Amino acid sequence: MQSQTMAAEKLSPVALPADAAIAIDDVTLRFVTPDGHMMTAIRDFTMTVARGEFACVVGPTGCGKSTTLNLVTGLLRPTTGNVRVMGNPVTDISRDIGFVFQADALFPWRSVIDNVAAGPLFRGMPKQEAYDKARDWIGRVGLSRFEKHYPHQLSGGMRKRVALAQTFINQPKILLMDEPFSALDMQTRTAMQDELLGLWSGLKSSVVFVTHDLEEAVALADKVYVLTAGPGTVKSVYRIDLPRPRVMADIRYDPKFIETAKVIWNDLREEVQLGQSRGLQASH
Amino acid sequence: MTAISPTDQAARATSIVAAEAQARARLRKRHTLVVGLRLAILVVFLGLWELGADYNIIDPFFFSSPSGIWEQIWSWVTEGTSQGPLWLQIYVTLEETFLGFAIGAVGGIVAGIILGRNKLLADVFSIYIKIANSVPRVVLGSVFIIALGLGMASKVALAVVMVFFVVFANAFQGVREADRAMIANAQILGASPFQITTSVIIPSAMSWILASLHVSFGFALVGAVVGEFLGAKQGMGLLISTAQGAFNANGVFAAMIILAVMALVVEFLITRFENYVVKWRPAPFNEQGT
Ligand SMILES: Nc1ncnc2c1ncn2[C@@H]1O[C@H](COP(=O)(O)OP(=O)(O)OP(=O)(O)O)[C@@H](O)[C@H]1O
Ligand SMILES: [Mg+2]
Repeated sequence: MQSQTMAAEKLSPVALPADAAIAIDDVTLRFVTPDGHMMTAIRDFTMTVARGEFACVVGPTGCGKSTTLNLVTGLLRPTTGNVRVMGNPVTDISRDIGFVFQADALFPWRSVIDNVAAGPLFRGMPKQEAYDKARDWIGRVGLSRFEKHYPHQLSGGMRKRVALAQTFINQPKILLMDEPFSALDMQTRTAMQDELLGLWSGLKSSVVFVTHDLEEAVALADKVYVLTAGPGTVKSVYRIDLPRPRVMADIRYDPKFIETAKVIWNDLREEVQLGQSRGLQASH
Repeated sequence: MTAISPTDQAARATSIVAAEAQARARLRKRHTLVVGLRLAILVVFLGLWELGADYNIIDPFFFSSPSGIWEQIWSWVTEGTSQGPLWLQIYVTLEETFLGFAIGAVGGIVAGIILGRNKLLADVFSIYIKIANSVPRVVLGSVFIIALGLGMASKVALAVVMVFFVVFANAFQGVREADRAMIANAQILGASPFQITTSVIIPSAMSWILASLHVSFGFALVGAVVGEFLGAKQGMGLLISTAQGAFNANGVFAAMIILAVMALVVEFLITRFENYVVKWRPAPFNEQGT
């Protein structure tokens, strides 16, 4: 009844479009725990991301968000079901993929420029060219004065900028981000979100952005996936129809945004509570 | 809220400069004090030893005396030792030590990285390494002398086994501690397994490896000297055992001091190398310690 006026449109699960950038088709993944038991991390999981689409994934802790991303990279293989990237089944670590980690994954023994140039150098680009490109990307994230610094000489926000440059320099067609900004303060995070949207609109890549901050998800995404408490599966999918370009500092006060976040939160809340009560049981 | 007037700021700036100068002066003074006290302790120690020996409170026959040691070193330097010139003895021992150190360290690093990177090999070989490691290594010296003779090879072999296990254990641990997120990051950025080893695994194991190099150079020296002790034609170890046979305490102490100086010089060089290799590490908070 309300759905015409609202920015969030609940989508029904549809057949997988053939040209999707990422297609996770009915995947179940079980881990073998050290004591030899099977533990289901995600089950019957179906998700598609169209080319150029920005998808966010929210869900309670431990529901399998990171696992989902690792399935797309090829670092993990599904137990059943299949994963396709750009129409091809995932067999190896694809060159089209960029990944921004939750934890600091910069190389501490490399200076900023050596960190950013790492990707092209690994992929066999000539040194001169790789460093020119790295200098360009460091400029784009506003760190030109810090080229020669080592990661420990930078602030947390600056390190995240280096991580973005390090990933974007490979110009990935698919960008996976695992709670990349969760360790940052509010102001820095807002600035980084704007920066990310800027870089994304230039690159036109397809993004899967994992976060447990629902407002961040609604502010950034075209599509929000809400997962159930673990073993995770897709509970519902929402299309976010807020106009672009979006300005992070302002969008928070947009009534349409607030309403959307509220609707999705109602959906997510049960799962978070469920996840928490399970966590409490487990710790007793 | 009140604004600070420009004159205030100027005054502040000068007071900061003055405070900095004061702090620097304090640091210099403290440094002089530390060095002075160190020298004083050395002088007092040597003085008491010498006096004790002069008045026969400490028997110089067993415990030597600073002047006796000095005379011994001087006569070795000017007249040579019973087994040839002093520098030759030092050279022989250093050569054995360095060879053993280099072979043991390289072997330890390579084995540590291979086993650290390969879970199956690690699981299979860990038991044998544990067994080999529990053999008292100095005993192997006798085996090596029987097998390899009195020449250099037996000493080098003993130094190698002394060094290998320490370096291996540290390299293995360092490889195992390499951050998984960092490895995944390199993989996704496009690194091949070989590139991961050279640009992620080795650098992150480096501080572990370097720490073991500090300790194991001392072990290499022990290996070489003990090897010479057990049977040799040249070297500092032989010098010690000859002096011991002649009840020449001066000789034993003199050789000991020469060995200590050798170890300190190399330790200094390793520290320089370490600082050069891991210059990316944050400086410790108390830089003025020494
Ligand atoms: N290598 C592994 N072996 C065994 N179990 C694992 C492994 N990796 C993850 N799991 C389990 O799979 C489940 C999902 O983990 P995952 O890391 O995907 O959660 P998440 O949604 O990313 O959580 P968070 O929001 O806290 O990061 C968890 O219960 C976790 O214990
Ligand atoms: Mg996670």
